[in-house]
Parts: sequence; C-alpha cells; structure tokens
Amino acid sequence: MTSTLKIKNLASKENRLAPGHRMCQGCGAAIVVKMVLLAIDKPVVACSPTGCLEVTTCISDYTAWKIPWIHSAFENAAVTLAGVETMYRALKKRGKMSHDMAFVVFAGDGGTYDIGLQSLSGVMERGHDLLYICYDNGAYMNTGTQRSGATPFGASTTTSPAGSAVPGKLQVRKDITKIMAAHNIPYAAQASPSHHLDLMRKVQKAVSIPGPKFINILSPCHRGWRSKADDAISISRLAVNTRFWPLYEIENGKTRMTHIPKEKLPLETFLRPQGRFAHLFRPENAWMLEDSQRRVDTEWEALIASGPPHTSER
Amino acid sequence: MKKMTAVTGNEALAEALRQINPDVCAAYPITPQTDMMQQFSDFVADGLVDTELMLVESEHSALSACIGASAGGGRVATATSGPGLALMWEMLYVASGMRCPIVMAVVNRALSAPLNIHCDHSDAMGARDSGWIQLWSENQQEAYDNLIMAFRIAEHPDIQLPVMVCMDGFIISHSVGVMDFLSDDAVQRFVGDFTAQDALLDIERPASYGPLILTDQYHEYKKEQNEIMDSVFAVTEAVASEFEYLSGRRYGLLESYRLEDAEIGIVVLNSAAGTCKDMIDEARENGVKVGLLKPRLFRPFPYAAVASALSHLKVVCVLDRSDSFGAFAPLYVEIAASLYPLENKPVLINRIYGLGGRDFMPEHVEAVINEMADILSRKAAAPPKKYISLRQYV
Repeated sequence: MTSTLKIKNLASKENRLAPGHRMCQGCGAAIVVKMVLLAIDKPVVACSPTGCLEVTTCISDYTAWKIPWIHSAFENAAVTLAGVETMYRALKKRGKMSHDMAFVVFAGDGGTYDIGLQSLSGVMERGHDLLYICYDNGAYMNTGTQRSGATPFGASTTTSPAGSAVPGKLQVRKDITKIMAAHNIPYAAQASPSHHLDLMRKVQKAVSIPGPKFINILSPCHRGWRSKADDAISISRLAVNTRFWPLYEIENGKTRMTHIPKEKLPLETFLRPQGRFAHLFRPENAWMLEDSQRRVDTEWEALIASGPPHTSER
Repeated sequence: MKKMTAVTGNEALAEALRQINPDVCAAYPITPQTDMMQQFSDFVADGLVDTELMLVESEHSALSACIGASAGGGRVATATSGPGLALMWEMLYVASGMRCPIVMAVVNRALSAPLNIHCDHSDAMGARDSGWIQLWSENQQEAYDNLIMAFRIAEHPDIQLPVMVCMDGFIISHSVGVMDFLSDDAVQRFVGDFTAQDALLDIERPASYGPLILTDQYHEYKKEQNEIMDSVFAVTEAVASEFEYLSGRRYGLLESYRLEDAEIGIVVLNSAAGTCKDMIDEARENGVKVGLLKPRLFRPFPYAAVASALSHLKVVCVLDRSDSFGAFAPLYVEIAASLYPLENKPVLINRIYGLGGRDFMPEHVEAVINEMADILSRKAAAPPKKYISLRQYV
C-alpha cells in the first residue's frame, strides 16, 4: 500500500538523499531526486551515471545516499542497475533474498539521450524491473554546459555558443520519452518539479508496475540556463504553462495528458528569464523564436490528438 | 579409471560454467567466443543451470551488467574475445577498482584493423594493466581447470578482484582436445558457496559504490590495488595445490619444461607451448640442451620465479603473439624485467609469431632453436626483435 501524497505526510518522511551534498544551491536535480524518493515507500537501490548528481553526492569518504547506491561509468547506468536487479532476482530465486525493493536510475540528459542511449535501449527491450528517471537540464552541465541531444533549438551552450555567424544550437532536441515509449514499455511519462503531486503520482504509479519504466523530468540548471538561482520551480512552471514541457504519460501504449495549463502562455515567457536564449530576442533572430513557437504548437497538437486529457486531472 | 572426453575449448569452458552455475552471467556474441555462451544458453534453456543469463546489446554493457551484478552480491561470469574485450576496456578498470570478483573467459583474438577473427594475444595484452588477474591456458584441459580455479582466486576474501582466463581462439576454442572433467559435485565442493562482502543489495547496511575520489586519496587507493596483487601469488598457489588434491593435475605460477639443464630456452604463452614442447623433445634427441618456460599467471607477473627458472640459460627467445609497435612486445618486456637483476644475463631475443592466426608450425620452432644454438656457438649477434613465419613472396 503506497502512502498518500499529502504534504503533511511527506514532510514527516525520511529524506533518503541527505542534506550536505554538494549540488549547487537551487539545483533542479536535487529537488527531483528528493521528490522521487519521497514518493516511493519501498527500499530503493539507486544508480547514477557519471555526472553532476554523482560527483556531488558521493565524494569519498562521504556519501549523501542513505540507500544502496552505485555509480560505475557514464554510458551505462541503465545496464549497471539492470545487473544489480538481475542479481536480486537470481538471489531471490535461490532463496538468499526476501526483501521487496525498487530499483531507480537517476541520470542526466547526457547519460540518457546521448552516451547512455544504447545501454538504456537494451535494458528497456529486455524488460528489467526498474524505473529510469532522467533529470533533463538540456546540456552537459557537469563538464560546463556543452550541447547535448536534449539541448533545445536555439540555446547557447559552450559548444553551441551564440556567435556572430551561428546563433546557438540549430538542431532540435530528441523526443526521448517517445523513443522510450517506442520500446513498448508499460510506462513512460514526462513530469516537472513545479507540479510535484503530478510528478510523485507518476513515480508511485511507475513503481507499482512491473517491468521497465521511464520518466523524463525537467530539471532547471541555473548555471547552464543562465537564470536566477532561486527560480527552479517558477521556471519549470513556465515550461509547463507555455507547453514547452507537456505533462503526460504513456501507459501500455495509451497516451494521456495529466495536466492542461489553464491559460496558454507564449513560449517567450519561458525563454526570456534564461540567458541561454538571450540572443533569440535580437531582431535578426526573430525567425528562431517563431520557429520554436511553431514547433511547440505542432508538438502539443500532436500530443493532444494522441491522448486526450483525463477530465478529473485538468 | 577416469572418464576421458574429447571436446572443444569452448565446450570445455561452457561445461565448467554449467558445473559452477553462477548467479548471473552477461554476454554478447563475438567470434570465437560465441559458441561458449551459445552452449551455456542451452544449459539455461534446458534447466541444467538456474543462472540468470543477461544477453545484452554490447560487450561494454556485458561487463557493466557484471559489475552491477557482482556489486549486488553474488557469483558472476562472462566471456569475450578481441574487439569485445577492447570495447570493455573502460569497464575493466571499473571492475577491478570496485573489487568485483568477476570471472571472464577471454578467447584470444586479433584486434582490427584490418578485421581478423583469428588467434592473437593483442586483446588480453591490451588489458594487462587493468588490475585484472590473468591466467593463461595451453589447451582445453588447462582452460577448464583455470576457469574453475579462477573463481576461488577472484572470490578469496583477501583478493576480491576480477580474473580473466585466456585461451587461444580457434586453435583451442574450436579444436577438439582430450578432457578429464571433474564431477559436478567435485566442482561445486571446490568452488563452494559464495558470500559477498558489502553487498549492494544488503539494504540493512546501505553501501555507496563508485565514489568520486580526488587527489587527496586516489593515489593511495591505487597503491592498495597494487598491494592486493602481491597476495595473489600465494593464493594462486594455495588454490592450485587444493586443485591438485582434487584432480591430480599440478599447476604453478608458471610451467617449466626441460629447463633444469638447458642452455637455451623459449618463453611462450598458451597453445604454441604445445608445438614448442614437441620440437624441444626432438632437439633434445639431437643433443641440443633446450627447454621452455610458459607463464600461467601473467598478472600479477611472477618476476622472481621467472628469473630463477631462466637464470642459468645462455640464450632465451621470447615468442610473442602480439606486438607493441615500435617497441618490444609485452611478454618480452616482462622477461627482460625479470632477468635484469641477474648478474649473468642470458642473451635475450624477441620473435613475433602467429599474428591474426598465422599458423605456428614445428619448422618455425626449429628455426628459433637453431637461431639460439647459433648465437650460443658462434656468439653471433641477432636482431633483438624480429617477425618470424613471414610469407615468402616469389
């Protein structure tokens, strides 16, 4: 039986990622990990690839993880944890293990969309019983904001800088949630820390389903986004309300919107507080803004068409 | 009366894995290893083992899965060859650095380019500095015996390190040899039940695996890894003597063949040793005092034992089945380092043979013996490094 998602109850639960870790002040990923772990009642075994979360939470001799946690390399978090999960099944089968536990990967977008995609795809195809959380901040933040397959069109990063000849990243990001859903896994979803109940409900649902699950969670990084350190929640709310980051789930192939913003805000309101998009507001780059807005609208329409919202969760 | 069977090297190792019945195996197909794991898949399909077999999408993932499984807290095995081992390279260091006692059969194969699937030691030699223990095997029987002993060495409480068991691709993996299998029961009793230390799956004692370690501690961490290797010699010998009691077969850190009164000697790894021994017997009949040294444990390397086995020789030829382009080949370098402390050092030459599966024939051994005899009698100088068994173009 999973506990109810009431702030009062959640506040009294133990935080399984201890304070004192070295994530930046106001980091979205730290908030995401906290929310995900709070939503799960079972013992959790976690895994992270090399990245911000990993280097800031376990620097010998200290660890912020109050749960079993493993990091092995960058491109293989999914299969490393799948190895742990397979050993769990092997030991259970041989009567050496009786606990019920959940297996969760916490990986950034570089370790998910790019270098980790092959191992992730293999794990999804083989049906391991684990939940893969991508905290998506849209670039390689740990190495200093290099462009990734998750970097939005137009963003200026250290390897796709907005220069006088090239105005930032000219390619669009991959749709990783759809890529995961195309593996015919039982559950794939997209969430945002601004909508914490929606996020935690998705985590609870995912953990209750056997097999491979994937949730892509927007994770503002003020260092890379060149935004204010205290705006992770407000800026992710803007991502949802501008429809840049739709909240939906795909359960057994069926798409369902889990939240429809009451009022559609123009994409600009999400882009403007971020220095990485500052050059889009120059007159010569107006086409990029228009392009981005058009893409958001098209993707939203396609999503709505594929899965109408559930009336009770508007 | 022992029951002797004729099997290929891959069949022998698949059989060893069946008898051991590890908790988890992860593998990816690659020639010439493929049919070992294929056979093991049959054992899984027919319920002869209850191992959880992960058939992953690459060798990088195979070893990553093994690392996760091993950290989880159980017995883990895998197998690979050539480019597969090369793709694992990053994870080899992670496996040893995390003290994961994984056992891996390496069916030696050449590295690309050009593409070649045949026997060569470049794969395992590329992994020699990765912190894995390496056992090398002359034939099907030795590979089988080494694989069984590997679990005991890897999982020894003082060691807790991964072991690779090397066997020549095709020459041994795909050829039939005479085997004396141990009984299932004997193998089970020999390897015993494995209890992991600091298992990740122990939720009562949560452990963090794979921390970031910076300049304040990394150096000491690596020093400790090196120190563990120092205790591998004694453990390998202790496991071997227990194995001898069980099987009647004796293994040391190296094999010394007719070296006692030899003046010249060959040093070689794996299957070529068999051809060399035959030719040594023949040369001995003609009065040539020649012997052979075959290292079994290549990592850690038994420098002192090698030096004492070779110290009385006048000429030594190290045969390498891999090269370090623009430098001496890997086995030669170790032999040279072993001999360096000696006051009277043998003349040492390096001959590269059999790359990419090039046949190594009795006449090649004969030529090497003749060359050494020549150096001995005429004090003739010889090029320190040379490729042999080259094609003669007309």
